[in-house]
Amino acid sequence: MSDHLEELRERISELDPTIYPLFSIEFGDAVIAVPLDDLLVTMHRLRELGFDRLGMVTAVDRPEFFVLVYRLHSRALSAGLFVKAKVHKEDPVAPSMFEVWPAADWQEREVFDLFGIDFEGHPDLKRIFLPDEFEGHPLRKDYDHPRVIRRPDYI
Amino acid sequence: MALVDRIGTSLERTPGGGIILTSVDALVDWSRGQSLWAMPMGTACCAMEFIAASFSKFDYDRLGTFPRPDPRHCDVMVLAGTITEKMKPAIQRLWDQMPEPKWAIAMGNCTVSGGIFYYDSYSVVRGADEFIPVDVYIAGCPPRPESLIDAVMQLRELVHEESIAPGKRRERNTKLPRSKAEANERMEAMRTPESDGPHAPAKVVNKEFPSDVIADEGGEV
Repeated sequence: MSDHLEELRERISELDPTIYPLFSIEFGDAVIAVPLDDLLVTMHRLRELGFDRLGMVTAVDRPEFFVLVYRLHSRALSAGLFVKAKVHKEDPVAPSMFEVWPAADWQEREVFDLFGIDFEGHPDLKRIFLPDEFEGHPLRKDYDHPRVIRRPDYI
Repeated sequence: MALVDRIGTSLERTPGGGIILTSVDALVDWSRGQSLWAMPMGTACCAMEFIAASFSKFDYDRLGTFPRPDPRHCDVMVLAGTITEKMKPAIQRLWDQMPEPKWAIAMGNCTVSGGIFYYDSYSVVRGADEFIPVDVYIAGCPPRPESLIDAVMQLRELVHEESIAPGKRRERNTKLPRSKAEANERMEAMRTPESDGPHAPAKVVNKEFPSDVIADEGGEV
């Protein structure tokens, strides 16, 4: 497994030396951590390298920032890759990947719905799971709503 | 419906019309109870049990109940599955499209009370009776198809109490509980020391071997 990841690292260093320094292996997975400003350019470059499928977009709520997580797949390199980028909590705006992979459309709507991250350049950014009149973004850690009944502690 | 209403009222006023009224009621209720077509409102996993109930192994077609895809054909809405806030207006709309007289069966814990999504949920409706008048509740997560068949039988008892005269119920000797308190009383009466508590260990009954043989397991048999 790790040989495979080293192979991917070498392959990426051959193909694109600018992405290579961002590459790391975390918990047995290939990860590229990108500054938010370079995200769109990097994604375009990764698509040119052969990562032609966007498997998943999700986010993580950290105390100081959000982390956007993208899962990419490549048939040509037969490899998978995570791309991560930090998003500010005060101004949660990220570039939309719709122009790179059209599959990002609904995925980004989901992240917008549940985390409240705005995607600039998205063609139709609106809620996907929850009703349009819903208030708040429920997967944020600080989310609280009068409708939610907290489970009492039995022990 | 208006014509039938007038017949009921005029029969009630006529001396001796009560005999005709009860006979007509018996015929109308019998025929309604024999063909309760179901609107399959399957929003989650309970729908699988609903499908199982309507196919050959359990086959509740024989009760005259089978799923129709159009609310305008249906008499009873079977609410099978978790109802979310987003789905609520759609279900309300389908319910409004069903013609009178209509009934509702809440199938499974989610439609009874919200079930496992009662706590810590921001999007689940806690019970279908928040917006639809439910007639029969079936507990279970999910309930067995037999429970659904039992619910249809109970609903039939309810249907048999209807009268074409407005505001009148037929007096019938049914086994259904009349109130929540009565239902609780029956639950208490059924309770035994063995069944006390949901996690009480089940009593092991092995009919093939006498108990003394099982006790001597490992030794000579």
